[in-house]
Amino acid sequence: MSSVTLQNVTKIYGGGALKAVKDLSFEVEDGEFLVLVGPSGCGKSTALRMIAGLEEISDGGVWIGDEFVNDMHPKDRDIAMVFQSYALYPHMSVYDNIAFPLQIAKMSRQETEKRVQEAARVLELENYLKRKPGQLSGGQRQRVAMGRAIVRQPSAFLMDEPLSNLDAKLRVQMRAEIAGLQRRLGTTTIYVTHDQVEAMTMGDRVALMKDGVLQQIDSPSNIYNKPCNMFVAAFIGSPTMNMYWADLESGANDSARLIFGDNTLTVPASIVAEHKQLSRYRGKRVVLGIRPEDIADAREQTEPAPGDEIVKGKVDLVEALGSDINVHLNLNAQPAVVTSSDSLQDLHANEGDGARCIARFTAKSQVRYGDNVQLRFDAERLHLFDGETGEAIT
Amino acid sequence: MATAKTYDPEALASQRRQRRNARLLRHLGLHALLIALLGIMLYPVIWMIFSALRPEQEIFGEMGFIPTNWTLENFTSGWQLYGDLTFTTFYVNSFIICALAILGNLIACSMAAYAFARLNFRLKWLLFAAMLTTIMLPIHVQLIPQYIFFLNIGWVNTILPLVVPKFLATDAFFIFLMVQFMRSLPSELEQAAVVDGASYWQRYWRIILPLTMPALATTAVFTFINTYNDFFSQLIYLTDTDAMTVPVALRLFLDPSGGQSSFGGLFAMVLVSIGPVLGFFIASQRLLTKGIATQGFK
Repeated sequence: MSSVTLQNVTKIYGGGALKAVKDLSFEVEDGEFLVLVGPSGCGKSTALRMIAGLEEISDGGVWIGDEFVNDMHPKDRDIAMVFQSYALYPHMSVYDNIAFPLQIAKMSRQETEKRVQEAARVLELENYLKRKPGQLSGGQRQRVAMGRAIVRQPSAFLMDEPLSNLDAKLRVQMRAEIAGLQRRLGTTTIYVTHDQVEAMTMGDRVALMKDGVLQQIDSPSNIYNKPCNMFVAAFIGSPTMNMYWADLESGANDSARLIFGDNTLTVPASIVAEHKQLSRYRGKRVVLGIRPEDIADAREQTEPAPGDEIVKGKVDLVEALGSDINVHLNLNAQPAVVTSSDSLQDLHANEGDGARCIARFTAKSQVRYGDNVQLRFDAERLHLFDGETGEAIT
Repeated sequence: MATAKTYDPEALASQRRQRRNARLLRHLGLHALLIALLGIMLYPVIWMIFSALRPEQEIFGEMGFIPTNWTLENFTSGWQLYGDLTFTTFYVNSFIICALAILGNLIACSMAAYAFARLNFRLKWLLFAAMLTTIMLPIHVQLIPQYIFFLNIGWVNTILPLVVPKFLATDAFFIFLMVQFMRSLPSELEQAAVVDGASYWQRYWRIILPLTMPALATTAVFTFINTYNDFFSQLIYLTDTDAMTVPVALRLFLDPSGGQSSFGGLFAMVLVSIGPVLGFFIASQRLLTKGIATQGFK
């Protein structure tokens, strides 16, 4: 096992016409599970393939352990890779697929047999060793691909969207299995996905990329609770974070006031004190963000928490999910659009006079289509962003 | 209030019967036409079969389609051409040339195809285009220079001019066929093998070649048919009677000077000579149609 380090790694295609990855730097600790996440075309798979040695590195350096591997052949990097399509050899049995890297390494027959049997036991594939990949289900094929990776006992696993070909239910199961397996083996893992649920649930840390640039690398909870910019805030979380343009003004007793549309929110002094840069933004336009679960139906709350403020909205759509309810509302406010996020453009394309807002209420909520409701925004959970750069105000 | 809906079962059944009869009539007409066309095309073959099974003097002497006297004599006399020379020799010669040509084409064309399909090297596209242009070069243009070349190196009247070029990937069509097939194989398969530590040779031998089986089968079948039926090259390069192959030997039944020709023997041996091509084709049909390449993929 080893750490994996990237320093200013850049990938240029077509003689400079396209920069797929720009100055990517991070270090994955020994035994750590890092998830590389981002929308399609953000360069995450290219980054992984550069670590694997399947793509040439245009600039910068990659280290696996203490070894500088830029010019090293993939086979000498001591890594194992799991592909999106599994890349199982269709003409070989499951046994031969798993044993292939060991046979190539000219390992003795007994040792190969021992390792394959051990991998098959761990992955519950013992009864399928004689079958061909074509005779297996999607989940079993996925496990064979994992088997081929773990049997080598490599320094690091590289996984390129390994669950994207599975159906939703199986994906949940395999997600837990891969995360559990990684913890048991303790092998350094870099996992590429565009699925934010996989990113949030599997990794020790999450690295979020956009247009080839690393946006934020942090623990899943920090990525969710302390996004470094509007893109990260909008990309992580489903439904996505609500964002509106707001004017920041001074309030009483060191507090601040956020005015958006005909709504006013008071930011308590304690929160203002936490955001040291906030004073610089007084009198300016900022972007206010709030997650759907931080908005509550005022009628449901008997004792409002201090700092909660009432915002009026009209119910546009009610989605009952069983455990809770997603309520789409129209507010009097100006939405702040994150143009690069996959989902947000569509969401804001057909807005009416006001701004769309999604709130997550408890299943007990009685809201109906067309209701005028009073919403409580949890002021302690507000996110504030620079209106020009989109960076979070800390 | 909903109104009750009714239908007449008698009228419905009668409509169905009419439709069925019209369809039957249409199919009968079509089949009759196809059978008539098939009869026209098969007539010469059937005539040849019956001619092979009737005495020599009756072939052109009797007008009837079906022989009055049945005989297998044409087969025995045809096989025993003259003296010690039998068709066994010609078949052995033909099969040796076919086997070597198939082996050569499978090895050389698949390796060349792998290089064009998967490897990156300088002038790859220029070389590929040059290779493709050789498909368009007529054999008659190449014939004389090739003959002079083989004559100078002393290969005429041996099987070498017919076999050695196959080991040098000269059949551009088969290379093109395999290149296209290999390009259709997912590149991730090979990338997985690269990460697993496989060398170029191991990737070619253990991953690409087994997956190219349908293209290899096609190459083998067509090489066999082309080589087995190749009258022209074999006529030019194989001059000794002992070295002759089946198509060249069939010519021996006819006397070009207008003397006695043995049509009975000729027809019998032509019939026998069709056997290997038909058998080879039937045996490899399963491989030809079997697409195993994408079984491991979603």
